[in-house]
Amino acid sequence: MLDRRQMQALPAAPGVGYKAQHYTALAADPGCVGWLEIHAENYMGQGGRPLAQLRALRERFPISVHGVGLSIGGPDRLDADHLARLRDLCHWLDPQSFSEHLAWSTHDGAYLNDLLPLPYTDATLARVCDHVDEVQAVLGRRMLLENPSSYLAFDESTWDEVGFLAEISRRTGCGLLLDVNNVFVSAVNLRLDPRAYIEGFALEKVGEIHLGGHDEDADDHGAPLLIDSHGRPVADPVWALLDLTLARGGPKPVLIEWDTDVPDWPVLEAEAARAARALDRIASGVPS
Amino acid sequence: MTTKTTAVTLASAFAAALAAQAPAAGAATMEKCFGVAMAGENDCAAGPGTTCAGTSKVDYQGNSWKLVEEGTCLSIDLPKDDHGMARMGSLEPLERDHPMGG
Amino acid sequence: MNAPPLFLPAASEVEEAFRAALLDSDMPVPAGLSDGAGQPAGRRYAVYRNNVAVALGEALESGFPAVAGLLGPQNFRMVAGIYLRRHPPTSPVMPLYGAGFAAFLETAEALARWPYLGDVARLEYALRQAYHAADAEPLSPEALTSLATGDLPRTRLRLAPALQVVRSPYPVIDIRNRALGLGQSIGTRGQCALVTRPEFDPVADPLPQADAALLDRLMAGDTLGAALEETGTDPTPLLSLLIARRALTGLETTQ
Repeated sequence: MLDRRQMQALPAAPGVGYKAQHYTALAADPGCVGWLEIHAENYMGQGGRPLAQLRALRERFPISVHGVGLSIGGPDRLDADHLARLRDLCHWLDPQSFSEHLAWSTHDGAYLNDLLPLPYTDATLARVCDHVDEVQAVLGRRMLLENPSSYLAFDESTWDEVGFLAEISRRTGCGLLLDVNNVFVSAVNLRLDPRAYIEGFALEKVGEIHLGGHDEDADDHGAPLLIDSHGRPVADPVWALLDLTLARGGPKPVLIEWDTDVPDWPVLEAEAARAARALDRIASGVPS
Repeated sequence: MTTKTTAVTLASAFAAALAAQAPAAGAATMEKCFGVAMAGENDCAAGPGTTCAGTSKVDYQGNSWKLVEEGTCLSIDLPKDDHGMARMGSLEPLERDHPMGG
Repeated sequence: MNAPPLFLPAASEVEEAFRAALLDSDMPVPAGLSDGAGQPAGRRYAVYRNNVAVALGEALESGFPAVAGLLGPQNFRMVAGIYLRRHPPTSPVMPLYGAGFAAFLETAEALARWPYLGDVARLEYALRQAYHAADAEPLSPEALTSLATGDLPRTRLRLAPALQVVRSPYPVIDIRNRALGLGQSIGTRGQCALVTRPEFDPVADPLPQADAALLDRLMAGDTLGAALEETGTDPTPLLSLLIARRALTGLETTQ
């Protein structure tokens, strides 16, 4: 078992998005799962089961806190109360990582509970960098910023996403979280080359990789439209992109996200085991 | 009631309350479904594609909503409040007296 | 710590239009959005409209399962769709969303025939708050038996943070139980619900009128002696329930 007290960072091992219904199975036998990720907003109550579980889990696993509600990409100023809640959570939990999204969810004070897209312009770049600076200052730690899934593009964008994220990292010093499923989803939806995206990505800044399942839909013209549903196994082309990412960027912490139609533990653990094999191939130098 | 009588009443109430306790059941488990469903959790998954929840043309502005016939409401028949603090609406099937006639 | 910036670049017109049309399906898909290959975004924008409505609607459904059961899935989705458009969350903490849902249900004309829906929602929200309330150690039986009899009238009860009282002119606990398949019978009287959290799972117990009045006095800060004088109620049943539900967390004896 990992001794989490010695861990300053997430290990280059498989992790899973933690779900309360897996508590008992995970405590009994985590299998190949070496760390856990939680959604920050679900642990902001005063007490009760969520915090009791988290206090117990942090003794056994490195923890990644993944925020979904800060609206870093939005035009509103960051919600000071929410930032304070994140600071308090990170203070007592002392997680190995904190990450958030290149997306917005709050506009004019209304929180819309979804990760919404922004145009990539000099103006939004300045805004996002200000927000990242503020988060890192309040939390007193470096954060990771995650690439989104996109279903459409803004005509007014003057940056491509890879360059936009690299520039945010350069200006703020933040790390990046590369969601390989999001790369695939966006690439199919916007007719981009996912391999070129990964080959151009600032992989040396990547502190964590995400994998998840997507659904298939179609647009008005019958073109494929992939939806980032996190409700099924990771697709084969996404596993291939993981191999490419690891081959180029070296071993990283790899997370399996499964948020809807959450399966029983063995199914989730089997997905993590597939990520473990991809990591093993890199470690042993076997070409994928 | 004198203070002394009150004290004795309270002491015997505490004693009786303690005596009435059932033996402690096993400790509550860390994992139980109640909270999982209760919590209304945040996640970062997308909803199901382009289905109608976000795009259907319901009149979200007005007050004339059209309910359909379903739900447990249909089978609950509430009697009137027998101490008359408030009058309880009796529950009739929707089709009998629907505000929209639907 | 750096001071937050005073001025941020304002949202662009497209960003404003993107936000404005999300919850209003009568508005056209904003201009300036495409499929990445020159075609207008069209129903790709509907993915975001749908995500927002589904994410907020499902948060309400999981937070108010009894109201959802009473209305049925189609009706609930419509009612939730109206609520989430008029009252989107003001905080990103979804476990707290829906504080105003009870009042909304009570004032909705179309729901006037089911006047108890608001109280069922109020009870469900209280249970959800109890689920996330601060932990508190209950008083041990030893601490309870070691009380000096003479001090009791001058003593105030300290109650667990999870404790709440939900009063209703309707048999709100029975209705909730029926809606969730936890019980069948529905009484004829209004119910006062005592919401507590013995360990991790909240409970709603019906509180008889007299016990509720006594608890009111105690929660308002009366000493046991004063509350007893005021109400003349035998405190045994209330104390018994509070102890059983691990809701009695301390005693403060005043001078």
